[in-house]
Amino acid sequence: MTDFAQYLLAGLALGSVYSLICLAFVVVYRATGVVNFSQGGLVVFGAYATYQLIAWRVPFVLAVALAALVTAAVGMLIERLVLRRLVGQPVFASILITLGVLFVLEQLCTTLWGYNLRILGDPWGVRTLALAGVTIKVVDLWTIAASAAALIGFFLGFRYSRLGIAMRAAASDPEAALAHGVSPQMIQGIAWGMAGILAVVAGVFIASGSRGVDLTVSAVALRAFPAAILGGLDSTEGAVAGGLIVGLVEVMSAAYLTPNAPWLGSNVHVVIPYILMIAVMLVRPYGLFGTAEVRRA
Amino acid sequence: MSDLAAPPAPATPLLAVRNLEVVYSDVILVLRGVSLTVPARSIVALLGANGAGKTTLLRAISGLLPIHRGRITKGRVEVDGEALGSETAPEIVKRGIAQVMEGRRLFTELTVEENLRVGGFTRATAPAREALERIYEMFPKLAERRRAISGYLSGGEQQMVAIGRALMSSPRLLLLDEPSLGLAPKIVDQVRAIVQDVYDHGTSVLLVEQNAAMALSVAHYGYVMEHGKVVRDGVTAELREDQDVRDSYLGGHVGGGARRSFREVKTYRRKKRWSA
Ligand SMILES: Nc1ncnc2c1ncn2[C@@H]1O[C@H](COP(=O)(O)OP(=O)(O)O)[C@@H](O)[C@H]1O
Ligand SMILES: [Mg+2]
Repeated sequence: MTDFAQYLLAGLALGSVYSLICLAFVVVYRATGVVNFSQGGLVVFGAYATYQLIAWRVPFVLAVALAALVTAAVGMLIERLVLRRLVGQPVFASILITLGVLFVLEQLCTTLWGYNLRILGDPWGVRTLALAGVTIKVVDLWTIAASAAALIGFFLGFRYSRLGIAMRAAASDPEAALAHGVSPQMIQGIAWGMAGILAVVAGVFIASGSRGVDLTVSAVALRAFPAAILGGLDSTEGAVAGGLIVGLVEVMSAAYLTPNAPWLGSNVHVVIPYILMIAVMLVRPYGLFGTAEVRRA
Repeated sequence: MSDLAAPPAPATPLLAVRNLEVVYSDVILVLRGVSLTVPARSIVALLGANGAGKTTLLRAISGLLPIHRGRITKGRVEVDGEALGSETAPEIVKRGIAQVMEGRRLFTELTVEENLRVGGFTRATAPAREALERIYEMFPKLAERRRAISGYLSGGEQQMVAIGRALMSSPRLLLLDEPSLGLAPKIVDQVRAIVQDVYDHGTSVLLVEQNAAMALSVAHYGYVMEHGKVVRDGVTAELREDQDVRDSYLGGHVGGGARRSFREVKTYRRKKRWSA
């Protein structure tokens, strides 16, 4: 039972990180119609940027904020220099281009920081805390709390702010939004900026604790991808639900399936999200929360 | 014209379209030299059958041609006597021109109030909030339904949202593209009253319609377009009485018979007119 509580917490922590990344996928998709395979590059860049600032003795919270700013700028730059030229191109072109951007970002990180694992220098490290007989990683609690805060912030923004309403309007009818002064280019730039900010929050929590930063941090976006599809690529609520589901399923299957069914192999938890995604798509092709009519090339 | 005998300069029109030619995808010529003016403080009707180029003309004014791969190849659009260059749609909204697109084009998943707030996107917070209060005064129905998802409203209510949304930028000129399209006759009367109300509140209107009876009953001046050209214009009292306009746009096709081309009617009458 205490094991289960620990796994539950670990699953929720991983799921919150996935939710952040899924939200980034959704925001970019809704604004541009592009599935952003370079998200992992932004995540690893954001984690390294935070590491670097902390190494320069910038206090942790400020380091995360500055890294968010820088990574948002990188996202907007990618939109401006690469994606904006892509309007009207077929979907596979945008997939290849964002994959290309991913490799460029990863190469940039290797050039700047090399291949060695860097310890992030977050305030939590490997500290644990005992609660009713359950040993809890402090960083997991913070991951859940901070991700929840970030997600709530984004949702309130989408719901009530001028810009959030404009983004939803532009996703609903880009031409009508433009006719009232909402420039699609501006919305697309902002969406990529948001993807950068979300990437940093996700990257910091992945690299926190005992994990550290190296290039493999980037792969977490690929792991979150089935969660975004599962929730529905055009649904912000779906992003959160999909992220949490996949995070929990992944941790639980590693904990219970691998020891009990060794013939499945030791990496079953990596495959299961994809199996789940395919199963959902067979029943609901647009994901759990997605809408059928929102289909834009 | 001699300098000495120059007549008093007419007031600069709010909007002037001069000899406008528009091409889509570099090859499809749709407007073939259209000229039209909307004086300040006026309602101008633009009539014409489907495909005449009315919507294209509005796109040329409001900066929406580029996203349709359309381009002005000749002529120009002037606002307050100043030619527009490469202004984008948002810049044109800021110049005081707002458009209600054909088919209303609401953000259907958004609430009434959210739709209206998008209309005020180009404005600072305080004036946008004041504009919202003014719209609610003008359309109490919308105030009542401010939290309703706009896609679930009736056609008439949706048209109100679309017009209210455009008025959120407090435009000096409102471009209305077929506001009566698909609405029941009783609702069309309401739309007509709204146009009058908008005008009474100080906004000029360029009213595109296929419902000529409605448009001519509220406008001061009218233009008739056919195949990318203006084929007739005049004060509305005159157009209402004009036999050509009556034949092609005001009845004459009751019972679902094919509407006769204005031009067909016209060549005959034109001959008569010249020979008279
Ligand atoms: N984006 C476009 N590309 C090519 N042709 C178009 C486009 N939009 C409209 N047209 C053509 O231009 C002509 C005028 O259309 P439109 O301006 O919509 O007329 P109206 O509003 O008077 O019905 C039509 O023949 C239409 O097929
Ligand atoms: Mg039209």
